[in-house]
Amino acid sequence: MENVVTERAIAPQSFFQTRFGLSARDLESVMARALERRIDYADIYFEYEVSEGLSLEEGIVKTASRDITQGVGVRAVAGEKTGYAYSNDITIPQLEVAAKTARSIAANSSRSASVPIPRARRPERDLYPVDQPVIEAPLQARIDLLQEIDRVARAYDPRITKVMAGLSCESKVVLIATSDGALVGDVRPLARLNVTCIAEEGGNRQVGSFGGGGRIGFPFFFEQDRWRAYVHEAARRAILNLSARPAPAGTMTVVLGPGWPGILLHEAIGHGLEADFNRKGISAFSTLLGQRVASELCTIVDDGTIPHRRGSLNVDDEGTPTSRTVLIENGILTGYLQDKLNARLMGVPLTGNGRRESFAHSPMPRMTNTFMLPGRSTRDEIIGSVSRGLYAVTFGGGQVDITSGKFVFSASEAYLIEDGRITHPVKGATLIGNGPDVLRRVSMVGNDLELDAGVGTCGKEGQSVPVGVGLPTLKIDGLTVGGTQG
Amino acid sequence: MALDRDLVAGLLDRARRLGAGDADVIAVDGTSFSARVRLGEVDKLEQSHERRLGLRVIIDHRTAVSSTADLSPPSLERLVDETCARARLTAADPLAGLPARGTGVVSIPDLDLCDTAYGEPPAEEKIRLALAAEASALACDPRITNSEGAEFDHGLTEIVYADTNGVVGGYRSSSFSLSVVAIASRDGAMQRDYWYSSRRKFRLLDPPEVIGKIAAQRALARLGARKIATQEAPVVFDPQMAARLIGTLAGAVSGYALYKGASFLADALGQAIASPLITIIDDGTIPMGLGSKPFDGEGLPTRRTTVVDRGVLTSYLLDTYSAKKLGLSATGNAARGVGDTPSVSPTNLYLAAGPSSPQEIIASVPRGLYVTDLIGFGVNTVTGDYSQGASGVWIENGELAYPVEEITIAGNLKDIFRQIDMVGNDLEFRTRIAAPTLKVASMTIAGT
Repeated sequence: MENVVTERAIAPQSFFQTRFGLSARDLESVMARALERRIDYADIYFEYEVSEGLSLEEGIVKTASRDITQGVGVRAVAGEKTGYAYSNDITIPQLEVAAKTARSIAANSSRSASVPIPRARRPERDLYPVDQPVIEAPLQARIDLLQEIDRVARAYDPRITKVMAGLSCESKVVLIATSDGALVGDVRPLARLNVTCIAEEGGNRQVGSFGGGGRIGFPFFFEQDRWRAYVHEAARRAILNLSARPAPAGTMTVVLGPGWPGILLHEAIGHGLEADFNRKGISAFSTLLGQRVASELCTIVDDGTIPHRRGSLNVDDEGTPTSRTVLIENGILTGYLQDKLNARLMGVPLTGNGRRESFAHSPMPRMTNTFMLPGRSTRDEIIGSVSRGLYAVTFGGGQVDITSGKFVFSASEAYLIEDGRITHPVKGATLIGNGPDVLRRVSMVGNDLELDAGVGTCGKEGQSVPVGVGLPTLKIDGLTVGGTQG
Repeated sequence: MALDRDLVAGLLDRARRLGAGDADVIAVDGTSFSARVRLGEVDKLEQSHERRLGLRVIIDHRTAVSSTADLSPPSLERLVDETCARARLTAADPLAGLPARGTGVVSIPDLDLCDTAYGEPPAEEKIRLALAAEASALACDPRITNSEGAEFDHGLTEIVYADTNGVVGGYRSSSFSLSVVAIASRDGAMQRDYWYSSRRKFRLLDPPEVIGKIAAQRALARLGARKIATQEAPVVFDPQMAARLIGTLAGAVSGYALYKGASFLADALGQAIASPLITIIDDGTIPMGLGSKPFDGEGLPTRRTTVVDRGVLTSYLLDTYSAKKLGLSATGNAARGVGDTPSVSPTNLYLAAGPSSPQEIIASVPRGLYVTDLIGFGVNTVTGDYSQGASGVWIENGELAYPVEEITIAGNLKDIFRQIDMVGNDLEFRTRIAAPTLKVASMTIAGT
């Protein structure tokens, strides 16, 4: 019965009606209850999700997990106020209670700004058709894949002493009913395969990780031998770090590799362009719309419509179709990422960026897949132009202070550049900079845009959502590198 | 009792009939309320009720886990059957299993974790608290020009655990928190900072006026921050950041990191890993503690464990499985997501207070950094490499001179803990990991 979730022929609406006995009339009556007071907008968000996880360590798959999540959230918006109530009890009486709780904010409403909300259309596209969702692949086949990963990683190099691998997958069905008359559903597959290797030599112990995935089916990991590439990459990084020297400290030219280092755009720029922070005037970018915030080499977009990508969605979690939004065009700040509340209050069109982690969270503006468009330079030209600097190929995590614009991220694979040549690997490098400042220092943009392999998760105000990032090779003049070697 | 114990017993019986030698169930029932205000108006009210049940079965040393929010009896029976079927596909692990029979919690100690006196005050009262906290921040100084708001949160949670060894227990806990995020600006540059109070009992929350004022003072203290030159210098961690540093140690002494060889403290038991000034305790039995619980995620009683005794690593933090892997005994530190196998986490972890006042520590530094905020993920538990984005105040001739930002501090945790040469007397439990002011003799500070 649980597998009904992934049968895409069954529309989300009939799924929830059948499973929880909710008719269209029931939804109308709950909506009417939510709207009884002076409410500008209300929505009801239903969610049912099945997720499974497998993890391998010490050469064996020790455990298999499966989680079933279900719930409903009712939201009412009046002016700038939001009331939200949620429960995993999907019944009419519970929905009525939630609607009354949500609308209670209107009792405290002192102003009435009744602005009509743009009406969302039901999307006709499916950005993630999959033949065999990972969650429907036989468990034994998934276990076999992890066992094979362990074998291949250990065969890579005798210095690989520990291998950990994980395969997680989910299928989420959502149904969103809105007071502006939309009823939109979506069935969202998501999967991710991760490999971590530990290499040891003498007393030196280093770690390397890689992984990928997206809104894809099980065959994805076998196309072009992707899984094997993940393993080799994780093992290569662990071995490489055995010979890495401590990173330098100080301000220097930094070259970012393509792909995952796009996390720099996500942290340094993307969060600062989410509409909520700007409407409230608390982002370092709040007053900069229409102004130059980056070198004219930089054009940055957020695109939730790329098929099968981890950050892509047919519709956002308010039922709005996702889109491609140009945030910075040739260095000029052109737009923010919007959800319904902020778009209405700011009087601008929706961008399809209203997202939430689950029914237990109300939506807010979030990124989807955020990346910089390619430029003209080759990687070799960029590296060759640097007399002394850091070449940061990949990163661990990053973080930003929206208000001051300060961001930080940690390089997990990096090299020293000396006289236009990559010399030796360095470890423990952290980059710190200032969002509104860093893109002004971009002096070369590569022609080699890559999107990341599909492992990104972004956290904001306690909500985690899957995202994508991307970048061509990028040269930044003067960024602070926090290593230990002065 | 939110969860029917007969129902739980029935699930365990069903698992046993399907061949599970060992099985356990954990169930959580939680309600929450939060009120957020911004610039004197209600911004968001939120209310919730969630329930979730998790099941672990072990059949011939093969493990599977499940969790569900669908608690209807037919659905739960299907869950048991499906989990048992899945367990047969995983690998046999001879060490997998419940804690030894007879070691589980018998009588549940009352750690006073639930505020039974709080009652159910109307939402307006909670909103007023948040409004008062924010108003205090906004009134503190004309340079406090904006606010991200103030929030009051209240949660009530009930946890029930039962296993096939006959262990069964439950407890309720409450939480209250009040926080403010203030924004200061000068010459077009904005700085934000926050302050909060978080307690098991409502009456122990700091007054809203105090929380707002401290949030404002912290944001103001950042105005006009400069960068500094790259150099080696002493670094003083304020209590919040010192707690963060101790938290990194908790990851490295977790049994799972250790048996996987993923800790820079592997094989260091009994060795001096820190300065003799350092004693670190994990204690899950502190009354009203934010990290306290009468039993852990596999039904073992929690206890007090000395992790580091005057610089010597005396104990790891262990659950049953990781303890068996290392040939040691569990320390009652099993953490448990409802749908996960046990893992390890500290309960209340603290660094014991030392002799020096924070003022004495700062006064001892001719030139150095007083750290009040750290950002980023630059801590590598495998190697001990540590590099974090930092901001704080520069110390000149023993006095706080001017704010600094956009710098990093770096070193290796193996050296950092050994180089702590002063420990403050200002230990206070604001979160479940706590430490007093600490001074590290020298770290690399990267700036211009």
